[in-house]
Amino acid sequence: MLKFIGRRAAFAAMTILIVSAVVFMIFSFLPFDPASLTCGQRCTDQIVEANRVRLGFDKPIYEQYWLFLSGIFAGRTYGAGSAAFTCPAPSFGYSFNENACVTDMIREALPITISLAIGALIMWLIVGIGLGIIAAKFKNRWPDTSSSVFVLLATSLPTFVTGLALLIWVTIKWKLVPLSLSGYTSLIDNPFKFMQYFILPWITLAIAYAAIYTRFTRAALLETLGEDYIRTARAKGVGERVVFFKHTLRAVLAPLITLAGLDFAGLIGGAIITETIFNLPGLGRLTLRSVYEFDLAVVLATTILAAVVVIVMNLIVDMLYAVLDPRVRIV
Amino acid sequence: MSEAILKIENLVKHFPTGKGKRGEKEVVKAVDGISFELKAGETIGLVGESGCGKTTAGRTILKLVEPTSGKIIFEDKDITDYSSSKMRAIRAQMQIIFQDPYSALNPRQTIGKIISAPFEIQGITPQEGTKGAVQNLMARVGLNPEHYNRYPHEFSGGQRQRIGIARAIALKPRFIVADEPVSALDVSIQAQVINLLEDLQEEEKISMVFIAHDLSVVQHISDRVAVMYLGKMMEIAATADLYAKPRHPYTTALLSAVPLPDPRSERTREHIILTGDLPSPINPPAGCVFNTRCWKAQDKCRTDVPQLVQLGASQVACHFPEN
Amino acid sequence: MTELLRIEDLHVSFKTDDGMVRAVDGVSLTLNAGETVAIVGESGSGKTVTSLSVMGLHKKGQAEISGSISLSDHGTFKDVVHLSDDEIRDIRGRAVAMIFQDPMSSLHPYYKIGSQLAEGYLVHNRGKKKEAMARALEMLDLVGIPEPAKRAQEFPHQFSGGMRQRVMIAMALMNSPQILIADEPTTALDVTVQAQILALLSKLKKEFNMGILLITHDLGVVAQVADRVNVMYAGRIVEEGPVDDIFYSPLAPYTLGLLKSVPRVSKNNERLKAIPGQPPSLINLPVGCPFAPRCEYKQHSSEAGCNTTRPALLGTSSTHRSRCHVPEKLRHELFAKELKEVQG
Repeated sequence: MLKFIGRRAAFAAMTILIVSAVVFMIFSFLPFDPASLTCGQRCTDQIVEANRVRLGFDKPIYEQYWLFLSGIFAGRTYGAGSAAFTCPAPSFGYSFNENACVTDMIREALPITISLAIGALIMWLIVGIGLGIIAAKFKNRWPDTSSSVFVLLATSLPTFVTGLALLIWVTIKWKLVPLSLSGYTSLIDNPFKFMQYFILPWITLAIAYAAIYTRFTRAALLETLGEDYIRTARAKGVGERVVFFKHTLRAVLAPLITLAGLDFAGLIGGAIITETIFNLPGLGRLTLRSVYEFDLAVVLATTILAAVVVIVMNLIVDMLYAVLDPRVRIV
Repeated sequence: MSEAILKIENLVKHFPTGKGKRGEKEVVKAVDGISFELKAGETIGLVGESGCGKTTAGRTILKLVEPTSGKIIFEDKDITDYSSSKMRAIRAQMQIIFQDPYSALNPRQTIGKIISAPFEIQGITPQEGTKGAVQNLMARVGLNPEHYNRYPHEFSGGQRQRIGIARAIALKPRFIVADEPVSALDVSIQAQVINLLEDLQEEEKISMVFIAHDLSVVQHISDRVAVMYLGKMMEIAATADLYAKPRHPYTTALLSAVPLPDPRSERTREHIILTGDLPSPINPPAGCVFNTRCWKAQDKCRTDVPQLVQLGASQVACHFPEN
Repeated sequence: MTELLRIEDLHVSFKTDDGMVRAVDGVSLTLNAGETVAIVGESGSGKTVTSLSVMGLHKKGQAEISGSISLSDHGTFKDVVHLSDDEIRDIRGRAVAMIFQDPMSSLHPYYKIGSQLAEGYLVHNRGKKKEAMARALEMLDLVGIPEPAKRAQEFPHQFSGGMRQRVMIAMALMNSPQILIADEPTTALDVTVQAQILALLSKLKKEFNMGILLITHDLGVVAQVADRVNVMYAGRIVEEGPVDDIFYSPLAPYTLGLLKSVPRVSKNNERLKAIPGQPPSLINLPVGCPFAPRCEYKQHSSEAGCNTTRPALLGTSSTHRSRCHVPEKLRHELFAKELKEVQG
């Protein structure tokens, strides 16, 4: 097992390195001059050239990449003398637009996105799997029909519609949740405020995903119920409830976890629409803003981060799969 | 005897598993050096249990999978290293019939389209027109030509196998590999399909490699029978000889294991019951591959690989042959 | 002879989009302790549906079942057709156990062999975990699995096909059932492995005086292990009798047709005598004898009723009965001659 993890981790590290190199290359071949982008309204050639040197854009691309990589481990100082600006390790670059280290910007945005993703994940897993189980158990009866109505509605409504609807009704009309103006509070500091802050974004995201999970769980359960080994369990005299909740559900678990892991990874990359609607300063919003403002250092960092999360989640899912499914050979 | 249409020399097909210990490449020895000749109009039955390599052998002979080594000589041409474009011209002469009549036909194509595919691929327009040719073929294999525009799901298993056969004989091939063509069919339907194959073969003088695990079916249809075990050829003999006087202990055991539809003889017959399971084709036993399950095995069998040698009318690979 | 199972006038139909499928249409049969009774037939003949009915394994609401299946629960007879779900569950795996065609897919891929075996015991003996495990090891040993303690800790995918069928048999034996239903137990196995499994089943039958209901399409297997045979066609038993009667003096044209169409190892390369045509659709059965469209002996029927009335299951002998409008004496003569040709 350890050997398996080690090998896979090394493989993941390689993939991340390649991905980062490719992303870096793409960004340096973009048809803009990165140095002139760093320059504000009163721009002179002099400032552009100074910034170019300061940010290292004057160096050849492989050297830039090397500086970027070494910055992650050793930190990086931009410019020299009194104008020098140091981003300590791990440094993912320097945003000239915000005049801040990219790492700090991500550090601020990440907890929000993670809180958003984890809360939504828990919610949609409970709702989606729960509804899926109910739908499968009462196949073709009213609970199944109602759940399929939910699935249909939730998959056809885009998140900006459900999100805005929630915001308008729950917050503005019914005033059940206050419009949060105070900003993000961490779970530890004030759990109540934390919940208030996130409850609507969670519901917005969870509705969309829960529909997919309801459908997936139902289909997987019904398929498994038709398997020969389920018939074997019945032939042993095992009761219907045990057949369903032990034998059948167990077989559905592994694919469900795969799906959840990958969806979760996708969300960490940024739930751009939800974050925008609810004004959450998470990674999605950060990326969006950087794209608008051509803040290339930030876009580069968030893109690589998204890739890293997907790769790492893949690794975790594979490991979980190996634990859950004895047929998966660990070599 | 007429001339050989197909010569297989020391054919090997190893599939890498993608695993294995440092440096060593782990391979599944699916086919591990088989040789035989097929004469024009002859049927060779290829028998063995699952995992013995008979299906891989069939596909490698047709170059549907690339052989690892060895030689395939078809009508005096060494086709072993033929490229796929060079193979196309020869494909018309070599066809395959698959086991599962349910999955081997495209469900979205009409029967007419399925059977005419070989004409299209080879760019041939038959004299009587493609539709006429297809309907003639359908009639030949016992299908109603009026069902030209129907889809596979409208046919039963036996009828689908007839469709597969019609497709295979469309270009008047000289050689057919039939891979378990009747295993998925019920007994009464199986007999119909076997009869059809025999008739066609006689009329068209097609040579055939008939792959099956059912020894009674193989005996019925084959002129000679080749027995495989773990990728190796154990014995080849004329059908009558092999069934009357099996030389290899494995052949003996196989024949003995088949229950006969004859209760009285079943009550008196001794069944040789082989112990244990088939060893892994990744690590086949040293020496004779059958030695781990053979009741006659001696020290020599565990070290020396027996070669296929002539013994009476049979060829057998055994240090201590029977009879 | 102790009777263990008596099926009387069993009807099973399924609702489908195309109409009612009459899968089993008036089947009656018995099974005694210490004997193997075979149900032979081709796909769609109703043999598997019959066996699943004995286990009460049809889904509620999908199958319509009538008739009676009287089953001995260690001496007390219970009618499976009319039991409640809980009562059937109590019988399953304890009074009657079943093994299936495909041992590859019949074991749960995620649970260890030992716990899958023990579960069958625990269902009927609550809380006796230690006993269940000990019993599991004992049964694994009994069916010829070496190192049972070690193998019990392994998963199904670590077993070969033959070994898995042994595991299935061990599982079936966990509660010492009197009746074992074996549905095509060797069809998915190689012939040498089939020989092992058939030998094992015979040994166990003798040892525990079980009654085995064997479902198969393979006449060779029937000849090797069955004492009595029921031949099914289109949902009905067309012939029943002791194994020798069925093989050496068949009375139903379908049985004869089957016997003629099997390729025989001892026979030379004669053309096979196939039954022409195909089995009828179970949704639209012909009004007369379901086999009539494929039957070569219609012209011998004095009543010419083959196309209008269904023949009853009758026979001059009380043990050997068949369905056919052709007079039995005439069939005897005709069939004996034909059979001689193929059996030599």
